[in-house]
Parts: sequence; structure tokens; C-alpha cells
Amino acid sequence: MLTISGSPHIHGDNSTKKIMYGVVVALMPAVLVSVYFFGLNAVRVLLLSVIFSLFFEWIIQKYLIKGPVTITDGSALVTGILLAFNVPSNLPSWMVIVGALVAIGIAKMSFGGLGKNIFNPALVARVFLLVSFPVQMTSWPKAAVLPMGLADVITGPTPLGFIKEGLGAGKSMAELTQHLPSYMQALVGQMGGSMGEVSALALILGGLYMLRKKIITWEIPVSVLLTVFVFSGILWWINPGKFTDPVFNLLTGGLMLGAIFMATDMVTSPMTRGGKLIFGFGIGLITMLIRVWGAYPEGVSFAILLMNSVVSLIDRGFKPRRFGARPGVELIK
Amino acid sequence: MGFLKTFTLGGIHPPENKLSANKFIEVLPIPPQVMVPLGQNLGAPSKALVKRGDKVKAGQLIASGESFISANLHSPVSGTVFKLDNVVDASGYRRPAVIINVDGDKWEDGIDISDKLISDINLTAEEIIQKVKAAGIVGMGGATFPTHVKLMVPPGKKAEYLIINGVECEPYLTADHRLMLEKGPEIMVGIQLLMRALKVDKAIIGIENNKPDAIGHLTELAKSYAGISVQPVMVKYPQGGEKQLIKALLNREVPSTKLPIEVGCVVQNVGTAFAVYEAVQKNKPLIDRIITVTGKAVKKPSNFKVRIGTPLKFLIEAAEGLPENTGKIIGGGPMMGKALFSEDVPVVKGSSGILLMPVEESHRKEEGPCIRCSKCTEACPMGLEPFLLARAARASRYDMAEKERIMDCIECGSCQYTCPANIPLLDYLRLGKNKVGGLIRARHKK
Repeated sequence: MLTISGSPHIHGDNSTKKIMYGVVVALMPAVLVSVYFFGLNAVRVLLLSVIFSLFFEWIIQKYLIKGPVTITDGSALVTGILLAFNVPSNLPSWMVIVGALVAIGIAKMSFGGLGKNIFNPALVARVFLLVSFPVQMTSWPKAAVLPMGLADVITGPTPLGFIKEGLGAGKSMAELTQHLPSYMQALVGQMGGSMGEVSALALILGGLYMLRKKIITWEIPVSVLLTVFVFSGILWWINPGKFTDPVFNLLTGGLMLGAIFMATDMVTSPMTRGGKLIFGFGIGLITMLIRVWGAYPEGVSFAILLMNSVVSLIDRGFKPRRFGARPGVELIK
Repeated sequence: MGFLKTFTLGGIHPPENKLSANKFIEVLPIPPQVMVPLGQNLGAPSKALVKRGDKVKAGQLIASGESFISANLHSPVSGTVFKLDNVVDASGYRRPAVIINVDGDKWEDGIDISDKLISDINLTAEEIIQKVKAAGIVGMGGATFPTHVKLMVPPGKKAEYLIINGVECEPYLTADHRLMLEKGPEIMVGIQLLMRALKVDKAIIGIENNKPDAIGHLTELAKSYAGISVQPVMVKYPQGGEKQLIKALLNREVPSTKLPIEVGCVVQNVGTAFAVYEAVQKNKPLIDRIITVTGKAVKKPSNFKVRIGTPLKFLIEAAEGLPENTGKIIGGGPMMGKALFSEDVPVVKGSSGILLMPVEESHRKEEGPCIRCSKCTEACPMGLEPFLLARAARASRYDMAEKERIMDCIECGSCQYTCPANIPLLDYLRLGKNKVGGLIRARHKK
């Protein structure tokens, strides 16, 4: 029997699974760092988040939709890890499970499953948890080295929260910066924060891996980071007594995690180069507006979700450069 | 070599698998019967001039191209016309063909079938075009557009460059590669004839950098011909697309919906240049061609010189038979070739290769949902958004498909090759192009 089908008759070795598990590999350095600094609690949150993300996807696909079960495609695994990355490591277990249900059940499956969701599932869950349980979601364990216990963790604010609170209380920047982590500590991840966001270094490492494997392209991370750098740089240049410096802004909060892993989520980001650049610019801008003038100390999640909502508009406005669209006839000798 | 020229938008790197690159061209014996389809060229099919029982000689005109875009057809063998009948051709449809029972190998008078190189050119442009037309030459790269039509530059336009396509970017295929190595001087004369016909003084031969021997050989030969140069180009599919090749060599972009002449270029395949040489210098019409028979399980991947009309099974036998696990027979290369229904399909003017695919590579992988990874958009050499066009076609939104320039699609298949969700993008794009093309034609009629 001969097979008849249209061309092309060969296919590259790319697959959805390969992309998703590639992201999982890229997340590993940050996973290791989170366990290193937050100990068994980090392991607990990670496992719960991953297991229940997979579980909710399985149960919804099997019993609610009664369709094919695709939990091995890696996408729920990625969502699970990213959700864990976006919460403090001391978050009560049941809240993590609620988060997984919101991420998979509401943000992903109710839109039609993989590829159809408008908003990044892990971020929807994070914001849901943040507005529902503001206390638990903002009590950050201090990053120690390999804390083995599950209880009695010392909590403290994130650097961004510390600055915002301090400035609000009328303290001077010079006074506040003494208590901030050094750039080196911030780079490695020795500071308060959600368990996956603290180490810029580990996240950048994962980002470079994804770039190399062509899972992501440079446009979104670069435009997010550049926008934040330039925006905060201008403010800092105008008044260093009132605003934090641009490097601090890059290294703290959820910016690296957001720019490298959340904003680059293929499903919820634009399709063309121009669109990706404007998308990243929007995220950077909204992040800074919230950080500087908003009620919350950090705004990356809100910024990404807001920009998620305009992706289809961006896609409509930003088309690839069409071949033969430019009339210019030039000659290279 | 340093910086290599290529096109800028999109492109992919499929495994090259040029298994037959070192195999000399073998002349295949004439089969006992040939089937010569009448519709071997783009445009109108040729009109048969022979009837049942007629004696024909090799090279004798048996069907003529009557309309503007059509081509003459000659008997590839000597013998008797057995019948005019419909046979299944590469398209899978039954189409009219002349079936000839072979008897010896007698040639029409005046055809020079010796190997002697005739390099003196003493014909005018019009005479060359007339001879090309008489010989029934079509684009040998696979598009089979009648060559004489391409050589008649429309009034108001001017050709500046002749571009010779020796890229052969389809994986597996090596017919053009072998031709360049073994028939270099003939190709050079053919290029000169084409240059004279087009009244241009510059010709560039574009060859992908994975054929250094052909590049070296033709560069050496080109030294003795004024105006002909060889330009290696980067190995990237679809480098051999007409528009992509012009972009790579001259950085000119053929405007959307327009032809290469719009930017002063005419592109001809190396095989066409060779056929033009034979037609003009040796009076030999287009009745045979070089074709690659290949595949991972094929015992003897080969390049054959065969008469048009030879059933593919003769070629497959000459390559030591159909491998047991063959799941697909492809006429052409793996990216743009056509899956065939049987081995009985005849070789036509546009046949560049036969690819035998093992069963395990013959089936498409299971389709998943689009994850909006934008790989198709990155791979598209025309700057289109295949995911969007496929979606428009799927939803019968042909107005949208047209606005998003679906007619610019060159059907290279790069999008589908690269899609991680295995979505048959090109199937939908073809459907959309077909419908939009119909709508455009209907509009013009009003």
C-alpha cells in the first residue's frame, strides 16, 4: 500500500513535547536555586503545584471534556513549575492546590486547553492567590542556605517591598539602600521573594538555553528588560534620592522570571518580531508604572496579564515584512 | 569562502541526504513501450498529430503546442503508435497520452546525437527562440513553464540578468548536480544561447555551497566565457525558489504577484540550459532528461538519463528494485514532490527525481493544537503567516486569506516542515490558494 499525501513529505524534529520539556530543562537551574535557598518547603510547593496541575488537567480532560488526555505533552508540567515559582515557599499547601486549580481549570482548560488560552495560566493563578490571600502571598521567607525545617521560617519583605514601604514611611533612599541585598546577592538569589524569581543568574542561564534551542527568541526578554532599564535609569538619573537604580530594578522582584519565562509563553504572546518588541515594551512600561506609582511594590504579573489581553490586537497590527513589499531595487556588487 | 549569499526571510535546513551525488549519469535502456502524456507543460496541453498505427522516429513531432503557453511534444523513441489513450500520470488523474511500442532506435533526420561539443553560435535571438520553441523545451526544474515564452521579454520590460539555477535545494535530488559536473561545457554554450536570446550580457549561475565540485568546475569553465559568473549560495531551503535566488544573488525582490522580469531577471534551470544547447546546436528536441532515483533503503541510488515516457518501474528496477518497506513513492523531492499512486507513471519533462520513502517515514505525525510558537512565520520565505492563512482557509474566510497575501505562497512547505504541532499547514494553504485563485479569476471575468 502506498501512502498518498500532500508535500512536504518530511518533517523536522520539532514537536510540542520537545518545546515543553525544553522549557522544563531551562527551569532547572532556578529550581535548584529555590531548593538551595528555601529548602524542603520549596520542594513541597513544587511537588504539590506540579502534581495537582497534572491532576486537574487529567481529570478535566477525562471526565469533564471526555476528550483525549494530553497531560504528557509537558505543558501542564511547565505551568505547575511556573506557578510554584510565583508563590512564596511557605504558602500553605491547600492554597498551592487552589492555585493549580485556577491555573489549569480556569485559565487554561475553560478557554479550550493548550494553545487557546489568552492569559498565562500560572500568572492568572498567582494574581488570584495574591488578591485572595494577600497576607500569605506576601510574607516572604528569607533566603537562607538549605533550611531543612518546614516551619519557623523567618519572613521579611522583598527588596522592592522594603523600598516602597520605607519611602512611604518617609525614610531616605540612602538610609534604605544600606539594608538591601548587594548586586551579587541579588544576582545569585539571596533575598526575599517568590521561590523561583530570586536568582537572576539561574533564570538568565535558563533563558540562554532556550535561546540556543530556539524555544524562545530574543525580542520579548530584551525589550522587557531594556524598557525597565531605560525607564528606571531615567528616573534614577533625575532623582537618585527618590528612585532606585536601574540595575536594582532588573535584578529584583519577578522581572527576570517574567521577562524570560512568563512573557515568552508562546501561546499568550505575539507572533511577529515587531509585535513581540511592542509587547515587551508594554510589559516593561506597565511594570515600572506599577513599581513607581502603583499600590503594589511589584507589577510584573499585572503587566504581563494586561499585555496578554491585547495580543490579538498586536497580531493584527504587526505583520511580518512581506517578501516583495518593498519596491526598492538595489544591487550588491 | 567567508560570507555566503542567501535570501533573508525565513528558510529551513532539512537534512540534505544527497545519496546519489557521486553516481555518474547512466543511460537507461529504452523500454519496450512508452507513454507520453500530452499535458507535460504548464499551460495548455499539446495537441496530438499522430494516430494509431503511425510509424514514428525518435525526435519526431507528435503533438504541437497550439496556444500561447504550450509546448511541442516529440516522440522519445522510434516505433509504432499503439494507441492514444488516457493513462494515470503523476497527478493521479487519467489524462490523454500517446502510447508508443518501441522498435529499434531510429532518429529523425538532422538530429546530431554524437557527443561532439558545438560551441560556435551563429543564430539570431529570434532564431534561437524559434528553435527552442520547436524543440518543445520547458523549465526542467519542475515547473515546466514553456521556455520560449519565458525568453520572449514582454514589451516595455528589459532583461538585464540571466540567472541560471543550479541550486538544487531539494534534499536527495542530484540530477542537476551531476549534469553540471558531466555536461559543463554544454551548459556554458546553452547559457550563451539563452543570453543571446534574451539580449543580456550578464549571466550568474547560482549553486548551493554543498556542491563545491560543481562550483569549482563551472567557475573554471566560466573563465573562458565573457559575462558568465558562478556564485556559491548558502545551503538553505528554498534557496532554489526563483524569487529567493534572485534575492540572494542580486538583492532584488520580485514584487508580489509579479514575474522576475519586473526586476530585470530571467531565471532558467541548468537542465534547461543543457536542453537549449541540445535543441539549438544539435537539433535535438527535448525527449530525454536526467532523473535521480533515490531513498534511504534504495540499494543503488542513481542518476539516470532516460527517455520521456519511460514508466518509473524501469528506473526503480535499474536502481536494484523497490525496497520491501517502501511506503511512499514521490515524484520529485521530499519538500515539493508529489506522492504517486503507482510505479507505472511515466517520466515526463518535469520529472527531476523519484524518492522511495520507507513506511516509517511515510506517515504524518499526529496533529496537535497550534501553540502559537510562530515557527511557521519565522520559516516562511515569503514573509507570510502560515498559521493565519491556514486558519482563514479552514474557516472559508477567503477574503481574509487574500488580504493576507495567500497568493504569494510558493508552496515550499517550510511552514509545515517546522510546525511542532504537525499541522498540515500547506494542505490548507493550497486549498485557500485554489479558492482565492478562483475568486480572483471570477472577478476578472466580470
